[in-house]
Amino acid sequence: MTANDFTFTSNFWNLWIIVLTLANIFACWWLIRWSSKPRPGEANVGDVTGHKWDETLEEYNNPLPKWWLWLFYITLVFSLVYLVLYPGLGSFRGVLNWTQQDAYAKEIQQSDEHYGPLFKKYAATPVPDLVSDDGAIKIGQRLFVNYCASCHGSDAGGTTGFPNLRDTVWLYGGTPDAIKTSILEGRNGVMPAWGAVLNDKGVEEVTAYVLQLNGREADVTLASAGQTHFATYCAACHGAEGKGNPALGAPDLTNNNWLYGGSPGVISQTIANGRNGQMPAHRDFLGEDKTHLLTTYIYSLSNKP
Amino acid sequence: MSSKPATASSKSAPGPNQAPLEEEEAYASHKKVYPREVHGLFANLRILGITVLLGLFYGVAWLPWDGRQAVLLDLPARKFYIFGLTFWPQDFFYFAWLLVIAALTLFYVTSLAGRLWCGYACPQTVWTEIFLWIERKVEGTRNQQIKRDKGDLTPAKFRVKALKHFIWITFSLFTGFTFVGYFTPIRELAGAFAPWSLGPWETFWVFFYGFATYGNAGWMREQVCIYMCPYARFQSAMFDKDTLIIAYDEGRGDPRGSRKRNVDPHEVGLGDCVDCTLCEQVCPTGIDIRDGLQYQCIGCAACIDVCDEVMDKMGYEKGLIRYTTEHAMAGKITHILRPRTIMYTLILVALSAGLVYEISQRMLLDLDVIRDRNSLYRETNEGLVENVYTLKVINMDEKTHRYQLEVSGESAGIEDLELALNDEIIEVESGEVLNLPVSVRVDPVALKHPSTEIEFILYAEDAPMELRRRQGARFLGPVTSR
Repeated sequence: MTANDFTFTSNFWNLWIIVLTLANIFACWWLIRWSSKPRPGEANVGDVTGHKWDETLEEYNNPLPKWWLWLFYITLVFSLVYLVLYPGLGSFRGVLNWTQQDAYAKEIQQSDEHYGPLFKKYAATPVPDLVSDDGAIKIGQRLFVNYCASCHGSDAGGTTGFPNLRDTVWLYGGTPDAIKTSILEGRNGVMPAWGAVLNDKGVEEVTAYVLQLNGREADVTLASAGQTHFATYCAACHGAEGKGNPALGAPDLTNNNWLYGGSPGVISQTIANGRNGQMPAHRDFLGEDKTHLLTTYIYSLSNKP
Repeated sequence: MSSKPATASSKSAPGPNQAPLEEEEAYASHKKVYPREVHGLFANLRILGITVLLGLFYGVAWLPWDGRQAVLLDLPARKFYIFGLTFWPQDFFYFAWLLVIAALTLFYVTSLAGRLWCGYACPQTVWTEIFLWIERKVEGTRNQQIKRDKGDLTPAKFRVKALKHFIWITFSLFTGFTFVGYFTPIRELAGAFAPWSLGPWETFWVFFYGFATYGNAGWMREQVCIYMCPYARFQSAMFDKDTLIIAYDEGRGDPRGSRKRNVDPHEVGLGDCVDCTLCEQVCPTGIDIRDGLQYQCIGCAACIDVCDEVMDKMGYEKGLIRYTTEHAMAGKITHILRPRTIMYTLILVALSAGLVYEISQRMLLDLDVIRDRNSLYRETNEGLVENVYTLKVINMDEKTHRYQLEVSGESAGIEDLELALNDEIIEVESGEVLNLPVSVRVDPVALKHPSTEIEFILYAEDAPMELRRRQGARFLGPVTSR
């Protein structure tokens, strides 16, 4: 269904809504007319009704002002005018042709016109120069808190599965351009599952080799068996020395920086079951100018001015 | 107090509300009330009230203070300046407090002295008086107005009416403009008014408030008091027999009737009331005070002024209609000190003193702690457990401060909590809200429970004792089997 196509599956519901709405308005009109006339047997205007409380407290049948009555009629006229102008009567669009989508698009356009220049004025300055601009950093931080902190944390320290953006270790490179590309186009980091290929024994061996690459204690026999598997299956992405490859987002296995955890158990799990890390693309959402400021903020976290 | 209907009196000439009503409709057409101009002590008091109150309303907006407007409710910035004080949204509490005091004051004054508020200070009365004054200046006296309204629409009548409405509308728009001037700096607003470059909301509120002034003070008038005002309806709950009311002394005035000035009323079997109906003619709500206490009576005392004038002319004692109490009318003693007035006094004094004290002790630093919700906790590569918080540091002082932040796990018996900041210097400008992401780490061995109460302590470097805030937070760690 497109934005401009909101018909019902059958015309019955269309008519149902129209009849129900108009019948209700008519019923209100009738009710007001009916109830604004005195009932037979009712006390005359200005007389006591005969209701009495606390011996002396009496109720009078005093009339309401007529403009009060007219307020009710005005609401009925208002509802009819509204139904002519705006959508409300079944699938009738109203003569103004107003839609929520248009209203939303208009508001977005207005706010872009209003706030756009605020972001635009920083766009021409290269990121490394902008790092010392306090105003730019503050805008960047606010953008970060809004759009990034829900995964990366408000201190940009990341958490399991979401990279730390404050340190000097980068999966896809830490240059301003690389950061900007990550934000604009997103990233899709896939580590295939090797459990079926390697079997439990093979996974154990590769784990031992990874620990050895990392400079930790590992069973030498297992590790040397693992090295063969590593050369076959892992080196294509992680490199022969396990130094990783920023072009693919393959992490460096020789440092003590782990996206999913660095204990032997978690490393085995990663090898056996694979990992799938997703950074969504923000180009349509944020645009170039905001991304430039976001990049500046993230860059500033590991590159103090 | 029973509500006597405006139509109950048959003793006097037909007043505005006594016209016959249509039989078939349960709604009454509005009959315009033409209050006659009145002079006297209470009219002067009201003029004084109007001058002071409207003077404040139209004048205060233009007062400068420290390079800004003295009273400015800056909604977009969420800052509310009242002379030397700056209030923040979190101070809204004081506003609620103030409203409670205002309501109690209203009740207090009502139980002591009746509807003083309605008669002298209510905006509805104040602006209606101004509109009546304009109307009299343009249209002439009560009798001239009634006569003109009965006549056909001639060019002369049209001119007079057009002039009146033009002045009314101009004055209303100025009122709306002044009102908006408390929310948008009034000098900027005035600058934008002439070339008509107001924002859409400013335009709306100038017109809305202008329209409300014009409608309420020009057209609705007493109907607002009679049909719309809740206070008029529930004030009977605050009245008792010792409350000051405006009343006609029936024992002295009845039987009513006209007589020559030199005739002794007792000889012709009449009371002091000469039945001139002036008290009805001056009444802004169009009632006859001689029917007794009525909810329509706004206590403006116009009838007292005009009756005293008549009594003077007749050579009788003043005060046939006067401020009195039901007890006094019945020849009993009026008690000013009674349980309800004593209670109101005590509560009011306590609340007002409390408010003044609280505002004077207001800390000009606020700290909010928001725990990150993206993960319960994270482990660092060194094996420490880390929680992330966003601190909102609000500097409400007039100058920039540098602050020191500490974290304490004392209450949970944890000593070595470690605080990590992106930037060691925490500097917040006056009126700024700083977003400060911080992480707190600890060796998981130190944690006795998965959830621990910790505390952030923030203080200004230049006033560590005066500007100091403690704020509790929760530190989460792994579930331990111990």
